Amino acid sequence: MDALTRKSYELRRDIIEQIHLSKSGHVGGDLSVIDILTTLYYDIMNVNVENWPDPDRDRFLLSKGHCADALYVLLGDKGFYDKKEAIETFSQYGSRFIGHPNTDVPGIEINSGSLGHGLAIGVGMALAARMDKKDYRTYVVLGDGEMAEGSNYEAMMAAGHYKLDNLCATVDLNGLQISGTTDQVMSSADMGEKFKAFGWNVIHVADGNNCAQLKEAYEAAKAYKGKPTAVIAHTVKGKGVSFMENEKGWHHGVMSDEQYAIAVKDIEGVLANE
Amino acid sequence: MNKITNRQAICDVLVEKAATDKDIIVLCSDSRGSGSLTPFFNKYPEQSVEVGIAEQDLVGIAAGLAACGKKAFAASPASFLTTRSYEQCKVDVAYSNTNVTLIGISGGVSYGALGMTHHSCQDYAAMAALTGMRVYSPSDRFLTTKLVEALLEDKDPSYIRVSRSATEDIYNENMDFTLDKAIVLSEGKDVVIVACGEMVPYAKEAAQQLSAKGISTGCIDMYCIKPLDSATLIEQVKDAKLVVTVEEHAPFGGLGSMVAQTLCKACPKRLVELNLPDTHLIAGSNTEMFAYYGLDTKGIVKAVEENL
Repeated sequence: MDALTRKSYELRRDIIEQIHLSKSGHVGGDLSVIDILTTLYYDIMNVNVENWPDPDRDRFLLSKGHCADALYVLLGDKGFYDKKEAIETFSQYGSRFIGHPNTDVPGIEINSGSLGHGLAIGVGMALAARMDKKDYRTYVVLGDGEMAEGSNYEAMMAAGHYKLDNLCATVDLNGLQISGTTDQVMSSADMGEKFKAFGWNVIHVADGNNCAQLKEAYEAAKAYKGKPTAVIAHTVKGKGVSFMENEKGWHHGVMSDEQYAIAVKDIEGVLANE
Repeated sequence: MNKITNRQAICDVLVEKAATDKDIIVLCSDSRGSGSLTPFFNKYPEQSVEVGIAEQDLVGIAAGLAACGKKAFAASPASFLTTRSYEQCKVDVAYSNTNVTLIGISGGVSYGALGMTHHSCQDYAAMAALTGMRVYSPSDRFLTTKLVEALLEDKDPSYIRVSRSATEDIYNENMDFTLDKAIVLSEGKDVVIVACGEMVPYAKEAAQQLSAKGISTGCIDMYCIKPLDSATLIEQVKDAKLVVTVEEHAPFGGLGSMVAQTLCKACPKRLVELNLPDTHLIAGSNTEMFAYYGLDTKGIVKAVEENL
């Protein structure tokens, strides 16, 4: 098992523990997006405690902010704070680790959580880099359900218009949202074509839970000049926990102790399988 | 008669300051002309961002720029800026405390006969309701200039409403100005008129006419709607028999509401609120509408005489 995959499963274990303790959180999306986050934070981006808040750091925006749970354990794991605090106090009375990313938590760029905001903010950050002649890149992670928000298309249009090749959007395309499949709720068919129509370079990642495939896509995005890049990551919601995979009921949900034990066993099983 | 609008005054300040401050960025939503910001766009194209007719994008991009150290000025018609992009104002600007100054151009009923879609009779209330958002409605070009210069010195979010037409000069370039401190134009023992924005010249003239008739009438330019300058308000009205608020805004959540809220707690007074009614407004130019709804010198004088 490569280091990124190992890391993503270690973080899965943390997420599961955090969600079980807090009895809240968006576990399905966390498990779908964690490989994207892991690849970006542990390989692609130059965001570290040591360079925070260096103006030259890459910028990261979790537009699908309800998956803050996953980002919190990751940033704790990277040393922005004691990960234990995030796991044990998430969503609890008085905690800074609330259900959506907020700047009281070190490592978070901006408050997010209302869907359809991140991409426009990312356009602003990418424009700022260009104005300041800086090399940092801006990464925005969106959900596929979130792509029904019209504001995304305003931002896609602006990014294409300004040819922001320092901007990279990822769509965590797991095909599920709270009420059902995205096809049932509001079809996100041909997501890549939508971005292309607005002047973006598009890279599909067939297995969006595969860190090696994601890494390859992000490196290609970095090298691509003249257009922003959209990485369409075909993911599995609930990935890594047998009873959660592709089940819309686990958009959010509270595990029984028995279910928690199964989830831990599933993840430990992968980690044990060198 | 002054011909320089407050939006032009904003542009002039930004053009001047941007010569040495490369972090000043102006954003428009196909609104550089109506915002009188074309000179800025022409002089500093590298510090200008056009987003097209996309107000949500306007505010989101402004917040992203500000999060990277820029001083973003996002200008769009007040009606669209404070409703279409309301959530971006709430989350990306106010909640995220980004250094964005939102400029609502052609506020109130500036667009006259273009109708309710283009009026912003809700902007003071809408923006004041956002946690951490400051709301300003300056009267003349000199006050507008001082306000923008002051806002350039801090990093907190704010909303400025300006009207489309030029307001008659009240101040001059040597005026005293302290941010968030209301300006007392005259003091009065019987009545105090509290006004903001384009209503201030009418209020000032009404105070003079009433005083000439023997009714001692004061006038306050409360350009800072939030934070309201409660201290000046209470000091000025404490002996008055009647307080009158005048605003180009709906009856709810604007200057009148803020003044009522303050006075009820600290210094209860008889209060008359002059504003636009809670109904579809008649067609007409802005001044025709002011006259129709009693938001001019004549209307203010009449309201005072009827209520004193």
